[in-house]
Amino acid sequence: MDLKWNEFIITGDPLILGAQISILLGSIAVVAALTYFKKWTWLWKEWLTSVDHKKLGIMYILSALLMLFRGGIDGLMIRTQLAKPGMEFLDPQHYNEVFSTHGVIMILFMAMPFLIGLINYIVPLQIGARDVAFPYLNNLSFWTFFVGMALFNISFIIGGSPDAGWTAYTPLATNEFSPGPGQNYYLLAIQIAGIGTLMTGINFFVTILKMRTKGMTLMKMSMFTWTTLITMLIIIFAFPVLTVALALQTFDRLFGSVIFTLQGDGNPMLWVNLFWVWGHPEVYIVILPAFGIFSEIISTFARKQLFAYKAMVVSIVTISVLSFLVWVHHFFTMGNSAEANSFFSITTMAISIPTGVKIFNWLFTMYRGRISFTTPMLWALAFIPNFVIGGVTGVMLAMAAADYQYHNTYFLVSHFHYVLISGTVFACFAGLIYWYPKMFGHKLNEKIGKWAFWIFIIGFNVCFFPQYFLGLDGMPRRISTYTEADGWTGLNFISTIGAFMMGLAFLIFVVNIVYSWRFSPREKTGDAWGLGRNLEWATSSSIPPHYNFAVLPEVTGLDPYWDMKEKGLDQQKNVDYKPIHMPNNAATPIIMSVIMGAAAFGLVFHWYWIGIVGGIGIFITMIARSFDYNDGYYVSVEEIKETEAKANK
Amino acid sequence: MAHDHNVNPNAPLEYQSETGRLNITGFWTFLGAEIALFSTLFASYFALQARVGDGPTSNEMFEAGLVMIMTMLLLTSSFTCGIAIHEMRANNKKGVIIWMIITLILGAGFIGYELYEFVHYVHEGVTLSTSAHWSMFFILLGTHGLHVSIGIGWIILLLIQLARRGLTPKTASKVFISSLYWHFLDVVWIFIFTCVYLMGMVN
Repeated sequence: MDLKWNEFIITGDPLILGAQISILLGSIAVVAALTYFKKWTWLWKEWLTSVDHKKLGIMYILSALLMLFRGGIDGLMIRTQLAKPGMEFLDPQHYNEVFSTHGVIMILFMAMPFLIGLINYIVPLQIGARDVAFPYLNNLSFWTFFVGMALFNISFIIGGSPDAGWTAYTPLATNEFSPGPGQNYYLLAIQIAGIGTLMTGINFFVTILKMRTKGMTLMKMSMFTWTTLITMLIIIFAFPVLTVALALQTFDRLFGSVIFTLQGDGNPMLWVNLFWVWGHPEVYIVILPAFGIFSEIISTFARKQLFAYKAMVVSIVTISVLSFLVWVHHFFTMGNSAEANSFFSITTMAISIPTGVKIFNWLFTMYRGRISFTTPMLWALAFIPNFVIGGVTGVMLAMAAADYQYHNTYFLVSHFHYVLISGTVFACFAGLIYWYPKMFGHKLNEKIGKWAFWIFIIGFNVCFFPQYFLGLDGMPRRISTYTEADGWTGLNFISTIGAFMMGLAFLIFVVNIVYSWRFSPREKTGDAWGLGRNLEWATSSSIPPHYNFAVLPEVTGLDPYWDMKEKGLDQQKNVDYKPIHMPNNAATPIIMSVIMGAAAFGLVFHWYWIGIVGGIGIFITMIARSFDYNDGYYVSVEEIKETEAKANK
Repeated sequence: MAHDHNVNPNAPLEYQSETGRLNITGFWTFLGAEIALFSTLFASYFALQARVGDGPTSNEMFEAGLVMIMTMLLLTSSFTCGIAIHEMRANNKKGVIIWMIITLILGAGFIGYELYEFVHYVHEGVTLSTSAHWSMFFILLGTHGLHVSIGIGWIILLLIQLARRGLTPKTASKVFISSLYWHFLDVVWIFIFTCVYLMGMVN
């Protein structure tokens, strides 16, 4: 690729210049602070090379919050541009880049890592395990995700962002119509992060199947663990499809194959199919753990066991199967036969049945419960009606004939924001607030949290509800501007106000984190809400020690910790401790991932030699890992006694 | 790992430690993902099979003799790999190493022929850019060939470890896992042989 240096670094746009300067200053500030406080060794040993699932979980969540900020800024830029007709805030090219990165970042670098972070922290605790099945792999998963995320994010300051939409449909995304490095960033960054997700899938699948504590049969697992198990299964079968699809498009763009191109008898529709064969299960990958989180929160704060546990499990499994059978509904209008459209229309509508079962089960869980209206519970309560609106409009979209009307309009945009925000984002907030004391030893301030909640859900509805009507009025998605004569001005302006309310709520949420870190009372017990039902609340201290449980708990039924409290048992006390075997830190994953990122960066600009050198580097780190026979270490009984004595309980 | 003390001396060597058992389960799960990966490649190949553009069709290019030799090499290597694991169960380190080396030689022979085939096609003017059909042909077979090549490199590393450390639960589980991988690649080849070569020559 012939790039001049002045094209390499993006120049000439005040917004991007501002971002470049703030990134530079931010990086200098972080490096300076770490050096001044002599924290480099601490950072390296305690965090970056840690294989502790809890620390990895926190790093995932921090990255996700950062990406929520980045993707949120993208969203606000979109809404600002659309606030009035004929705005000149973003030029059309820049607008294309912003909505493309908004989609990719929110789905792949915000929703997924946020949920995977919560899963990392909570699931091993809920199954009464001391770590995951493959702690080393867990660290590698995080770093491949992180490097993929970093690579994707530098695109907007170096070389230019992808601009073919988050779906990157061919032939638009081929070299012919999307020259330049942006689309290469998309392909390689998601590829690297996707490998990490696949490894997470395998890791947690095996962890949940093989490492549950004594007595915890599959049907005694918490609902969050169940949804995680099924999510991981979907990841295992869906992500390889993405891997192949991305690899094929990469070959088209970098090595001259003609698979999705208009030359050489290629077939652009193959990309669309492959993308959604992964893409639709992906939707369920980000919604099933959210269902799990709501199940936990609703049953906890309604002080009742989850209603119809078995029906919940069956409906999750049904959803996971159906999720692989609906992908064509994303392109009903793109020339399928009526038979094909009918089939996929029916399978799509069928998904609403198990989902409806779940909605009713949550309602019945609350029925006659003594409900505490805490912040996480408010998020869970808000989820139900908002998600139903998203779901019902989804059934409208599922009718293939009607979809010819809705396709590619703001009706669709509103639909998927309703399901993804009120499903996944609400769950991320709810889960983070609910488990926050388990992670940091203190709660988030409830009062500020409620302010953030109310501003967010009102803003959310103000932003997206008008978009249904804009869509029915015929406003297409992905247009950078419109005219006064279109008649969309009023609703667009209202929608923009809502978007900024959500931005404000996010700021309040961040302020709450800082405020609570300074002023919230520290938790004295492991059961911060006093209502905990599952084993994550059964640890001896508010933040679990690195080995989680001094003695592995035993389980006899559902809601094991509730059971222990009722029987007055404390399994963590007055027992003979035995030495605990724990894994060592690992430095190769971060090194390997950084090399991967460097190699991919070279390939983005067609500098093949960097790719080759990087490939060799990756193999060298893999060989080093193969010859590494480090078996971990034992935590001595004295150390366990000391740690447990210090525990607050 | 947090579970190494859980040892079962009655199981075969590779299943004795908890780490070994977890790694084997994890690898089976990984093979599930590999099945999804190759299924996608096959599906894409089928979708583009008739799209030859101005280029030649499969039966203008394929040679039955060459493919038969490649198939026999790989199938035999799967058999010798099985014998290596049999020797491992008999706790015969030398046997494992010898049979694994034979496996690797057969695998290298397979890769040699595959490279020869690719180079031959390129000389005939059929490349990655000829048509959608040939793009998918090279990528599908290339992915399989890359897997075999990585397998060869990986097993060489394991044999060095085996020679140095002898048969322990840890080395045994590693060798066992590499054998699962090798058999899996054989299964994939059977599909390539049937669906790409045989069906390509019939059409």
